[in-house]
Amino acid sequence: MNAIETSGLVKVFGDTRAVDGVDLTVPAGTVYGLLGPNGAGKTTTVRMLATLLRPDDGEARVFGHDVRADPDAVRQLVSLTGQYASVDEDLTGTENLVLLGRLLGHTRGHARQRAAQLLEAFGLTDAAGKQVKHYSGGMRRRLDIAASILNTPKLLFLDEPTTGLDPRSRNQVWDIVRAVVAHGTTVLLTTQYLDEADQLASRIAVIDHGKVIAEGTKGELKASVGVGAVHLRLRDADQRPRAQQVLAAALDADVQLDPDPVALTARLTGRATEQAAEALAQLAREGITVDTFSLGQPSLDEVFLALTGNTDKTDKKKEAAA
Amino acid sequence: MTVTKEAELLPAPKAEDLAAVLLETVQPTRPSALSASLTFGWRAVLKIKHVPEQLFDVTAFPIMMILMFTYLFGGALAGSPGEYIQYLLPGITVTSVVMITMYTGVAVNTDIEKGVFDRFRTLPIWRPAPMVGYILGDLLRYVLASFTIMVVGLILGFRPDGGVVGVVLGVGLLVVFSFAFSWIWTMFGLLLRSEKSVMGTSMLVLFPLTFLSNVYVDPATMPGWLQAFVNVNPISKLVAAVRSLMAGGFDGDAMLWTLGYSALFTIVFGAWTMRLYNRK
Repeated sequence: MNAIETSGLVKVFGDTRAVDGVDLTVPAGTVYGLLGPNGAGKTTTVRMLATLLRPDDGEARVFGHDVRADPDAVRQLVSLTGQYASVDEDLTGTENLVLLGRLLGHTRGHARQRAAQLLEAFGLTDAAGKQVKHYSGGMRRRLDIAASILNTPKLLFLDEPTTGLDPRSRNQVWDIVRAVVAHGTTVLLTTQYLDEADQLASRIAVIDHGKVIAEGTKGELKASVGVGAVHLRLRDADQRPRAQQVLAAALDADVQLDPDPVALTARLTGRATEQAAEALAQLAREGITVDTFSLGQPSLDEVFLALTGNTDKTDKKKEAAA
Repeated sequence: MTVTKEAELLPAPKAEDLAAVLLETVQPTRPSALSASLTFGWRAVLKIKHVPEQLFDVTAFPIMMILMFTYLFGGALAGSPGEYIQYLLPGITVTSVVMITMYTGVAVNTDIEKGVFDRFRTLPIWRPAPMVGYILGDLLRYVLASFTIMVVGLILGFRPDGGVVGVVLGVGLLVVFSFAFSWIWTMFGLLLRSEKSVMGTSMLVLFPLTFLSNVYVDPATMPGWLQAFVNVNPISKLVAAVRSLMAGGFDGDAMLWTLGYSALFTIVFGAWTMRLYNRK
């Protein structure tokens, strides 16, 4: 069964269509990344799925339960770690977890025991008696996630879990997320960090202006904007113009001359390895000596920028149109 | 590289600990409406524990009110402050406590924008529980304020004929009414955008309600059109009922009106609050 299924999900705030027809299918037991810039509609989507906002149109189901018709059934299965720490700043770490344990229906004794256990596991025992407002950003986040897994949820929403964290805290949060998923919980992760989606998510939807502009596995997404680039360094700079012609013909691609007088870069579109091998053979037949050769996959960064329309390519298109 | 203090104090979560924690399989039963509300009430009490200064409002304000009005109006209205306080004290207790109820709205308003509210709203619990929790926590303040006024009143010469039982019953009725009345503030707390507008609106409601009543003077001395309002004012009914209880009597009519108003406020503003809460 899919953890999340939405079709044509819409949320309108005034004149803004914050979420404008989002279709998502999140298989159970995976980390699904919602990637997009600020204001793309990620948080609004999560808030609708977590029953905090009513969709204006479309349908959303969490483990088969309609978020509008049966929000209570959805609330039994999900946990939310919001963009702003979803813990009470005036209370201590222990009090926060005991409060939540009681609200989830645990006995006082068990709630206390569970709080101590979670604080220990998340390295917060020493801060257990301190008010959360005195916690660092990383500590707050960890407490927040601890609160979210107090009762192991079937679906965990993590809304930009590492925004504003230092690299060390960020790695800790990632480790926690991996542990949660290993246990069988499905995670819907929103992020504006490409490496975060790359590190954690198995499938990614790229969201911009309230719409899903691309969806697939990391590999598929990368493939959708080209397979990668071939970087070459020649022994002899004089051979470069000829090499450029040969490569352009063999790869059927743009070949750029790099600032380094012996280097060239070709963008690939089809099956990268086969094309590249063929091109190398062609160069050898022409008597051009290649010193170094590398085949790079595009980073998710490149994917993201290409999809959201901020690439050189689009700029060139715009210039051409103008 | 500098090692931060946090790094020394707090080791990173260990993978095996995490696994152990995640294996938690105790499936609790959903808490009852009462249990969830009491838990939120406990949260309110914890907040008082962490910031005890906030009790200043519920102690200093009533003392100021009683001193001010006893000595300001006492001589003119009843011949002497000592005699006036026999009339004034039940009413000033009601006024002070009803005025304090507005802090419920302020608390709701400042809390609702915080992330923790999102978590509460995604919990599978009785929906009104967080709101009821605020008011339950505030009941403690009401009792404390009433107690403070009684002590000051007794020092100033208030001698209730109803004795301890009458006073306790009077305060009890006041607390019941305040619980119901607080739903107006939870509604405003959710409806209005800022803490300041909640305060402003509260004053606009509270001043006429508490002053245009039988708290300070006998309504018989007022012009007819004003009496018409004063006589239906819920505060007047409450004051009449509390006054009779503290004096050892029982004003059945005022009591019925007070409980009727309480039920009305709870139903109307409670429903309105929950409507806003669910849509926020």
